[in-house]
This record gives sequence, structure tokens and C-alpha cells, in this order.
Amino acid sequence: MMELIRDGFVIAGKDLRKEWKTKETISVMLIFSALVVLVFSFAFDPANQTVKTVIPGLVWLITIFSALLGLNRSFASELENGCLNGLRAAPIDPASIYIGKVIANFVLVLFVQMVSIPVLFILFDYRFAGSLLWFLATVFLGTYGLIIIGTFLAALAVNAQNSEMLLPVLLLPLLSPLMIGAVQASAAFAGGENMESAMSWIQLMAGYDLLFTAVCLLLFEYILEDS
Amino acid sequence: MKLKSQIIDWTLFYILVAAVPVMMYFIFIWSPVERVLGPAQKIFYFHVGCAWVAFLAFFVVGVYSVFNLIKPKMNHFIYAGVSAEIGVLFTTVTLLTGMVWGRISWNVWWSWEPRLVTTLILWFIYVAYLFIRKMDGRWEKIARLSGVFGIIGCLNVPIVFMATRWWNSKLHPVVFGEGKNETGGGLEPEMLFTLIFSVVTITILYLFLMRKGAEIEKMRTRVKQAKNKLLQKWAN
Amino acid sequence: MKELVAMLEIKNLSKALGERPVLRNLSFAVNKGEILAVTGPNGAGKSTLFKCAAGLMKPGGGKIFLDGRPVKRNSPEVKRKIGFLGHEPFLYPSLSAVENLRFYGKLYKVKDLDEKAFELLRKVGLHYFKDMPVRSFSRGMIQRLAIARVLLPEPEILLLDEPHTGLDRDGLALFNGILLEKKAEGAAILLITHDFSQVETLADRALLLKKGKITASMELRNPSGRISVGKWYEEAVNAG
Repeated sequence: MMELIRDGFVIAGKDLRKEWKTKETISVMLIFSALVVLVFSFAFDPANQTVKTVIPGLVWLITIFSALLGLNRSFASELENGCLNGLRAAPIDPASIYIGKVIANFVLVLFVQMVSIPVLFILFDYRFAGSLLWFLATVFLGTYGLIIIGTFLAALAVNAQNSEMLLPVLLLPLLSPLMIGAVQASAAFAGGENMESAMSWIQLMAGYDLLFTAVCLLLFEYILEDS
Repeated sequence: MKLKSQIIDWTLFYILVAAVPVMMYFIFIWSPVERVLGPAQKIFYFHVGCAWVAFLAFFVVGVYSVFNLIKPKMNHFIYAGVSAEIGVLFTTVTLLTGMVWGRISWNVWWSWEPRLVTTLILWFIYVAYLFIRKMDGRWEKIARLSGVFGIIGCLNVPIVFMATRWWNSKLHPVVFGEGKNETGGGLEPEMLFTLIFSVVTITILYLFLMRKGAEIEKMRTRVKQAKNKLLQKWAN
Repeated sequence: MKELVAMLEIKNLSKALGERPVLRNLSFAVNKGEILAVTGPNGAGKSTLFKCAAGLMKPGGGKIFLDGRPVKRNSPEVKRKIGFLGHEPFLYPSLSAVENLRFYGKLYKVKDLDEKAFELLRKVGLHYFKDMPVRSFSRGMIQRLAIARVLLPEPEILLLDEPHTGLDRDGLALFNGILLEKKAEGAAILLITHDFSQVETLADRALLLKKGKITASMELRNPSGRISVGKWYEEAVNAG
């Protein structure tokens, strides 16, 4: 078990170092999330008061769209020079490859959120009225679930020729329960209303995260088997 | 072996030939007309039957997906695929009849009602599953990948239902309480019997389609094998 | 009593890719301190054989033993002993040479990693380029680095799939020297190659793989009645 996590950190470290050197993915993710905010301002009039209630939901649109970019890259980049085979031939458990990729993607997406969520709130002049701690917990749980399923499906989709197009089609329906919960809970915690009912959404998200962490870890080796 | 499967096919076929007209008779003539909704309520029998088969088909996909991961077999792979295809068909019918139903009883084509939303998301999962099966590669690989997705998709369905249900009750609680969809609630015995009869008939239809679809798929792979063999012979 | 110990033993291995059988009932063994060359026409199943042996593919039937223990997909202890050099170098283009080695070294739990990595880089003649990204390397340099990557965990069995491609004269001499050194240390080496002069200089034994079967084998360290490998290959391929 310790071995599994240590190997995972080695792989995540390699991915993040690669990203640190080239900054290919993170820069595109950041610019893209800023552009999504810009497009929102065309679609929803920022001066309109009723728009304020949908802002916490927009957090998740930004997250999903920018995460999709990173997720697509995370396994596609391993295909270059056959590196994925190198990992498979290495004396590690296949699950540690998954853990490593999850950690790397999670760090990337959290970083993008750290920039894009404040930008969104500032540009739309959103007054935060609820519990910041619980809001952050919601963001954390929702993003974690997104990355867990997203990394798994990215590894699955990379087998196809059109993997960039396939990934969103696979990912979004499976994410729907998590995203319903995330949008509801973050709206409640940011707006400071219905905080009690939001706790049950937190529970749903936590359950979803736990279930799919276990299932994905178990099933990952089937995805990696001979290509 | 072959004879036995043919007998099953023919039995299913003749049962259907007899049962479908009877079902139509029960639905349109024998069962009483609903007081509030009028004859439009008849669509409900098809709707429930198709919805049941849609969920059943998905469950079958999940079961064959598990089989496929334990031991990859061409037959399991074919059954999972055919079941998914039939599932898409029945999910589509469920959605369309559901929309008609919603239009008549709540005066909107689409209400974000939990069962309807769950069915819609189910439809998307089915389609995603079929996309994976369209990938090119050896069948073992596709069987494995689609199997993994089938399992995850199957696990998702109850969670989706739970989430949509909570979501809805939080927004505008108890609106659809009196609808005929809400189980029990004033269903007359004739209606209940008709409902059960049509559900059984549509399930038999599913079984029949399943067998025929699998047969066609098997023939297809056999032709492909023969083609490959011939090509290899020529190549040497 | 056999005094030679089989390092890698393959028993009745068969594998089908889709409907096409690629390996049919293959059996052979490689001993410690032996270099075995595998040759054969394209599509004979050589690379598939290696992938099965390296644990990248699950064999359809039969067993593979490494040092007396079965190779399974999830057996890190066994995999650690295998050095696999495939068609692709398995190197990350944006990382430098030393970073690549360090990454794989960590995965293989190599001790004294930095020293060993530097030593290997010097051995393959890349120590001046150790901090350059692999992206800027030439093909021959990449192949040298890939060889260093394979050697880093000190594998007891080397599976080399056409390792000579892209190497220049110096590289060839250097690489052959390394192989003979590993052989003297007792490693078993399996080599896919189409270069018969390399087979003659390196190998102790040659196998011919044709349509997923071993159709001929030849002892190269047997001085009596030796014919050239090229001739042997031609005869064996055309037979049957």
C-alpha cells in the first residue's frame, strides 16, 4: 500500500516537473478558463441581480471545461515515445500509475481554480455571504470526484483515435450526479442559504468520491492491459 | 443445439404474435379510460413497459460487462453490445412517450422530473458506451474497455436517480404527487392488469430482439473471420 | 544433470491477437550468461513474444518462468529483473537525460541512483548532454539513452528488440562491449535482430521464428561445421 502511493508520487512528480518545465497544459488551461468567464459575461448580464445566484454554478462549468483540457493531455502525452509501455513494464502496480495521474491532474486543476474562482467572483462582483470553509470543502470534494472519474476515463479514451472528442462524451453523463450536488452545495454555501440541506449534498458527493475511488482503483488494470 | 435455439426463437415469436394484439386490445379497449387525462393516459402502458426494459437492458449490459472482465468471451461481448443497442432504442421511446405524457398532464414537453432526467442521463451513458464499442481495435480490447465503462455506468444509474430526486424535491417539492406514475395511487385493477400484461409483453419483445440481434452479430463476426482467412490464404 | 541454469523459460506459449494466432505453442529457454538471437521474417511474432515475456501482454496459453518463477502481470519482484528495450525508447522528450534516468530509477527502486545514473551516462557517452532535454537528441543518442535506461536497474535478463537501430560504428562497438560485459556478469540476453553480422559477433545461439513457431535453431559457439548465419537463415526460411 505504501509502495503504491510512493510510486504514485514518483509518477506525479515526473508529470508536474514536466509541466513545470514546459508549462504547456497549465497555461492553456488558465487562458481557457479566463475566456470561459469572458463568454459568461456576454451570456449573462453581470449587472443583473438574478445572475448572482448562478455564479457558484459557473465555477463548475469553468472547472469541467478546463479540467477536460488537462485530462486529455495526461495520458495522450504518455503515448509519445511509448512511455506508457515503459510504465507498464516497470515493476509497479498499475494502480500506482492511476494514483500518480490523479495527483498530477488534481494539482493542476486546483491551481487553475485558485486563479479562476477569485477572478470569476471579482469580475461578476459576487459578494460572498456564506461559509468559506464549507464552500472550499465543496470545491475540493467536487473537483476530486471529477478528477477520479476523469483520469480513469482519459486512460480509457486514449485508446481511441479521437480521444479528445470521446472524453467529454464519456465523462459528462457519469459526472452528472456529482455535479448536481456540487452546484447545489456550492450555491448554498456561497450564498449562505439552505446550509443544512447542503450538508446532505456534501454527503452524496463524499459517497460518490469514495465509491468511485475504490471502483476505479480496482478496474484500472483492465484498462492498461495489452494494447 | 441449433434446433433448440430455433425452437426458442419460434416460441418467442409466436408468443409475441399472440400477445401484441391482446396487449393492444387490453390497452385501448378493455382498460377503462382515465377520468382526468382521458385516452391520452393509454401511452402510460407503453411508457412504463419501455422504461422497465430500458433499465433491464442496462442491467444486462452491466452483468455481461462483469462476465467479460472475468473471462473475455465473444458471446458475452456480443450480448452486452446488442443489449446496449436495444437499450438505446427503448430509452428513446421512453423519453418520447414521457414527453408526450408530460405535455398532457403538466402542460410542458419537458419537466425536470427525476425519473425523466435519470432516463435522459441513462440515454447519454448508453450512447457513450456504444461510442466505446465503435473504437477500432481487437475485440478483446474493446470488450475490456467497454466492460469497464459498462460497470461504472451501471453503478452510476442509482446515484443519478438519487441525486435528481433530491435536487428536484429541494427546488419545488411535491408537485407530481397525484400523477399516475406515483405507484399505487388509485390505479384500478383493470389498469394494473393491463400494465403488468404490457410490461411482460414488452419484456418478451426485448428477449426476442436480443436473440435475433445476437444472431446477426454472430453471423457478422463469422463472415469477418471467413474473410480474414481468405485474405491470409491469398497473401501466402 | 544440466549445469546451466535457465534464466528465462518459455513453455508452450501461444497468443492470438484478435482472430489471428501470432504465437503457436512456443517453447525455449535462455540460460544465465547466454546471448540468444531471435530472427525471423516480418510478422513472425518476435515483438509479441517479447511483449509477453516483458509482462506487457497476457499470454493466451502456456507459461513463462523467470528464474524459476512465473511471470505475471502484477509481480514487481519479477519485473524488476527484466530489462526491456522495445521499438520505442520510452523516454520523455521534455525531460533531460538525467531526469529520465532518475524517474525510471525511482520506479525500479535503484539504490545509489545518482551515482549509477551518471556512471551509465558516461558509459554510453552522454555525460556531456546529461542536462539537455531528450527532445534535442539525435536518434542515435536517444537509442544510447534508452540502453542506459534499460541497464540502470541491473536487470538479470535483457529483452532487446532490434537494439542496433540508429547506432553509429562507435555506438555499436560500445553497445556490444556492454552486452558482453553483462553476459560475463551472468545476465541472460535475448536479442531480436536482422543484422547477421551482429548475430555472429554476439550470439551463442540463434532461433528462427516463423509464423509463430520456432522452425530452426543454430549453435554459434560450436566450431565444427559452422555455416554463415545468412545462409542458415535463408535455408531455414525457405524450408517448408
